[in-house]
Amino acid sequence: MPMRQGPVIFSEIEPYAGIKKAIEMGSGAVLDEVKDSNLKGRGGAGFPTGLKWSFAVIAEAERKFVVCNADEGEPGTFKDKVLLEEYPGLIFEGMAIAGFAVGADCGFLYLRGEYRSMVPMLEKKLSEMRTGGALGKKIMGADGFDFDIEIRLGSGAYVCGEETALIESLEGNRGEPRNRPPFPVNTGFLGYPTAVNNVETMTAVPHIIAKGPGWFKTFGTEGSSGSKLLSVSGDCEKPGVYEVPFGITVKEILKMTGAAGARAVQVGGASGCCVPKKEFGRKISFEDLSTGGSVMIFGRERNMLDAAENFLRFFDEESCGQCTPCREGVPVLLEGVRTLKRGECTKGYLDDLLSLAESMQCASKCGLGQSAPNALVSIINGFKGDYKLSKKIKEERAFHG
Amino acid sequence: MKPECAVEKIIEEGGKKIVVCDTTRARLLPVLQDVQDRKGYISDKDMQQIADMLGIHPVEVYSVVTFYSFLTAEKKGKHLIRVSNCMPNVMKGSEKVIKAFEKALKIKVGQTTEDGQFTLEETGCIGMCDRAPAIMVDNELVGNVKPGAVKKLIDGLSKAKKKKAKK
Ligand SMILES: Cc1cc2nc3c(=O)[nH]c(=O)nc-3n(C[C@H](O)[C@H](O)[C@H](O)COP(=O)(O)O)c2cc1C
Ligand code: SF4
Ligand code: FES
Repeated sequence: MPMRQGPVIFSEIEPYAGIKKAIEMGSGAVLDEVKDSNLKGRGGAGFPTGLKWSFAVIAEAERKFVVCNADEGEPGTFKDKVLLEEYPGLIFEGMAIAGFAVGADCGFLYLRGEYRSMVPMLEKKLSEMRTGGALGKKIMGADGFDFDIEIRLGSGAYVCGEETALIESLEGNRGEPRNRPPFPVNTGFLGYPTAVNNVETMTAVPHIIAKGPGWFKTFGTEGSSGSKLLSVSGDCEKPGVYEVPFGITVKEILKMTGAAGARAVQVGGASGCCVPKKEFGRKISFEDLSTGGSVMIFGRERNMLDAAENFLRFFDEESCGQCTPCREGVPVLLEGVRTLKRGECTKGYLDDLLSLAESMQCASKCGLGQSAPNALVSIINGFKGDYKLSKKIKEERAFHG
Repeated sequence: MKPECAVEKIIEEGGKKIVVCDTTRARLLPVLQDVQDRKGYISDKDMQQIADMLGIHPVEVYSVVTFYSFLTAEKKGKHLIRVSNCMPNVMKGSEKVIKAFEKALKIKVGQTTEDGQFTLEETGCIGMCDRAPAIMVDNELVGNVKPGAVKKLIDGLSKAKKKKAKK
């Protein structure tokens, strides 16, 4: 067994303790417990898991599906990788419990292509669980509960982590996000109700069922129950995955990871925002600094515009190009940050960039375009010392030409 | 005897793995991934055959192939080296790693060596952010890559191939 330690996800649990108890309790009680635990999605958006499942339960359909989102593409995130490598049984058990609660007989693990070397190990775990009666027909001897899991690989598209794009991809299409609503819980895989949850969310489920929602709620803050896995990278002595209770401050994270000299922390990956030193008292939680887990630390000598440029280059590469604000906006922001770096950006141009950012945040079709400007905007506002505006009034601005 | 057909092979080889939605459109991605794996690219003929098998237009297959960066319509090198250019990697010197590969392979990023052995690419985050600079060599993730170790890594890959060929 892995040697990691932590309050919830890395706490001890007997294999199959969750699924056994779930079947004893019945699906209605499982749903109530997950709702009561106040578990919120760990993939970034933070939607209450119990509520999501209850939508799938009430949707009328011949079949329902469960999907575990293991596309983990947000730059700076590798906590799902650790779970997949070290706790695959717990993830699959969480998926089976989800299947039991919503009435699905089939689950997909959508694994990013970059992690494909794990497939043989994961397949082995699946067959072990089939033999152990935790997957397949009549799970744990329960009449009428069949559930199995198929692993599907991504093929190197970040946007496929977005749940509707993921479903498109599962259906064999280009991974272009759909309009929401309808949400996947109503119209998901092949049009059937589909509950999509992040790896870490799935992993929390067996713990909650086995140990109770009351126990789960003893960790974290009022609005953010439980714990969060953080993937810490960048300028620190001890990068890696940490399980922390919600409510931990940025300062505490820096201390824990040996990053005394940090001047900035990018929370939430390329789609997140950049926290300057004077705000290091802020807390990781859904109420304050929300994150799928990515924490990138920047030391004294870093210029944050380099980070903004890197993130925008990433979005430029990964935008699916389906909607105009994102497809056209990201390259303009990228050119904008380069102009800013060269010291050629005027006040007027900067204002235009910020207003474009705002349009993208409200008018883009999916979360990629909506959050692509976040890092740049927070860096423009929080790190004014990292750039100089040009005094020259330029006639033609990149924007209008 | 039927002509050599990528699609039928896939059904034999991959048939076992695939549980759900066997002959529907939803199988397209696993089918394409399988061809990509075995041949290193997906040819026009493959696309045509796959389209016939699934009862869709070849252009639809083409549009899917071009969407995903791990699927390609052009032949790539036997070994694919992808260097992550995400921020944590850049902070830890991924640019030097790229230069080292370019020098050792005598190609630029995005190119394939003349002997068809290696393709060098850049990619985003590969989940090795705590072990930067990191690269993906074929299906494996490798962390803490030192520019000085690049030559040896390439030699190792070339040798492994020769050994296999001898067997
Ligand atoms: C561009 C984009 C990429 C995303 N990538 C992921 C991802 O890699 N993993 C993930 O769990 N959620 C990702 N999400 C969020 C999913 O759309 C979805 O909200 C999540 O999988 C729901 O699971 P949860 O409620 O358990 O968090 C992404 C969203 C967007 C907009
Ligand atoms: S916001 Fe970007 S990634 Fe999302 S649908 Fe629009 S173009 Fe595609
Ligand atoms: S951000 Fe570079 S490997 Fe994750």
